[in-house]
Amino acid sequence: MIKAVGKPLEEIIDMVKDFQRVLVVACDGCVTVCEAGGLKEAKVLSAALRLYYNQAGQQAQVDDTTLTRQCEPEYLAQLSDRMDGYDAVVSMACGCGVQFMAENYDKKIIFPGVDTCFLGVNEERGIFTERCQACGRCILADTGGICPIARCSKRMLNGPDTPCGWELIYNRLKTLGQLDRFEKPVEPKDWTTSRDGGPRKIVREDLRV
Amino acid sequence: MSAETPSKLQKMIQSGNFAVTSEVGPPRSADGHEIEHKGHLIKNHVDAINVTDNQTSVCRLCSLASVIRLKLMGLEPVLQMTTRDRNRIALQSDVLGAASFGINNILCLTGDHQIFGDHPKAVNVFDLDSIQLAATVRMMRDEGKLLGGWEFEVRPQMFIGAAVNPFAGPNVEMRVARMAKKVAAGVQFVQTQCIYNMEKFKLFMKMTVDRGLHEKVAVLAGITPMKNVGMARYMAKRVPGMDVPDDIVKRIGGVPKEKQSEEGINLAIEQIEEIKGIEGIKGFHVMAIEWEQMVPPIVERSGLYPRPQLAE
Repeated sequence: MIKAVGKPLEEIIDMVKDFQRVLVVACDGCVTVCEAGGLKEAKVLSAALRLYYNQAGQQAQVDDTTLTRQCEPEYLAQLSDRMDGYDAVVSMACGCGVQFMAENYDKKIIFPGVDTCFLGVNEERGIFTERCQACGRCILADTGGICPIARCSKRMLNGPDTPCGWELIYNRLKTLGQLDRFEKPVEPKDWTTSRDGGPRKIVREDLRV
Repeated sequence: MSAETPSKLQKMIQSGNFAVTSEVGPPRSADGHEIEHKGHLIKNHVDAINVTDNQTSVCRLCSLASVIRLKLMGLEPVLQMTTRDRNRIALQSDVLGAASFGINNILCLTGDHQIFGDHPKAVNVFDLDSIQLAATVRMMRDEGKLLGGWEFEVRPQMFIGAAVNPFAGPNVEMRVARMAKKVAAGVQFVQTQCIYNMEKFKLFMKMTVDRGLHEKVAVLAGITPMKNVGMARYMAKRVPGMDVPDDIVKRIGGVPKEKQSEEGINLAIEQIEEIKGIEGIKGFHVMAIEWEQMVPPIVERSGLYPRPQLAE
């Protein structure tokens, strides 16, 4: 899922140093899995910030907590009773969570605690690699289950170039006996479902109440 | 090769003579005279002149302006276009602009990744890839239509080319399959990566002929003379997709420094002579990188000069 890395401590200190009451909010979702913005990381960050204020001779209150997810208003609402007690919030969620926190608490100063990187997998412990660019129209059926948009540096739909995912695609299609797919030119892609169409939105009528 | 165009390169290929193309790299400045100078150096020895499009992702005077300049000198340019820096609107717009000046040859490329060039922080576009660009130019030429559906009367008369690299991974079979895909998209001629590994190139051509692809696309063999052993080592080790066998490096390095460039020229001429005998070869693309003045002696000593004069 979403992969992120923690921001450098100095960068976060620079954001919060003028505030005395700071809440660090972890997210139990993706950023916990990649160990960038879960409760464990939030506790480490809040301890480091307390140490900073202490050494700087400043009176400050730094607390930490976590939410099941920060991309849903129901979970964000769980903070509503506590928010008045803080001047600033460091959200350890992905960029979606940080923004949704800011939207739901529009009078509060919200800072990001992580750098959100990509949609990826835990290839092995401590190695996260990108698999999907969320282009909005999946073509994995044609490419042997390997994405040329996310895994070719030139996002070529008619690869290969080296080094890129097209070598993987070619080998896999060969294994699957589907090389005919390789030689068939692919039409220009409709990028409107990707970044190029503007900020994206999914409406699932079946889930709406 | 299907569609007939006014391209002199296409006519030369169809005449049964070996075609000869070369290329000039535009300057990293606004000095248009450099293009003219390089064009003059080679104009009598080639049938068409490629102009590179910000090759290796290094920003240069644009290929479109350069080919217009060559055209106005009465030469036959090949417009190289990469899809790295422009989306489908800009690409089609440039094709129309080039055609409006009577440019009749285009080489469709995806382009090197910008990370290798002088602006590694730049965004890349890759709205289309080289194959989609070729198919787009074919549609513009044969159907008078843009990707957006707009239909127009005055069509770009482009002879459509692409690059092929027989030496890149993972194997020759896949490189032939990729060329077949380019042909299916409308590519009529290809210029190959610089050939040093002759055995692999022969295998590539054999597989090309076995599939009958040589009857659908004109293969122009890429020849680049080595200036010295430093260049040979650099090409062998540092240039992705280049296959320079050890014996080539040893041969260039085996003569005194002042004789190395001559040895490089000799090697290029021997390569051309050998490649002439390979079935399916329709000509040569002689790329003398920042060494354009060597194109005439190579062409002359390879028996490819004088260039045949075809009726207009």
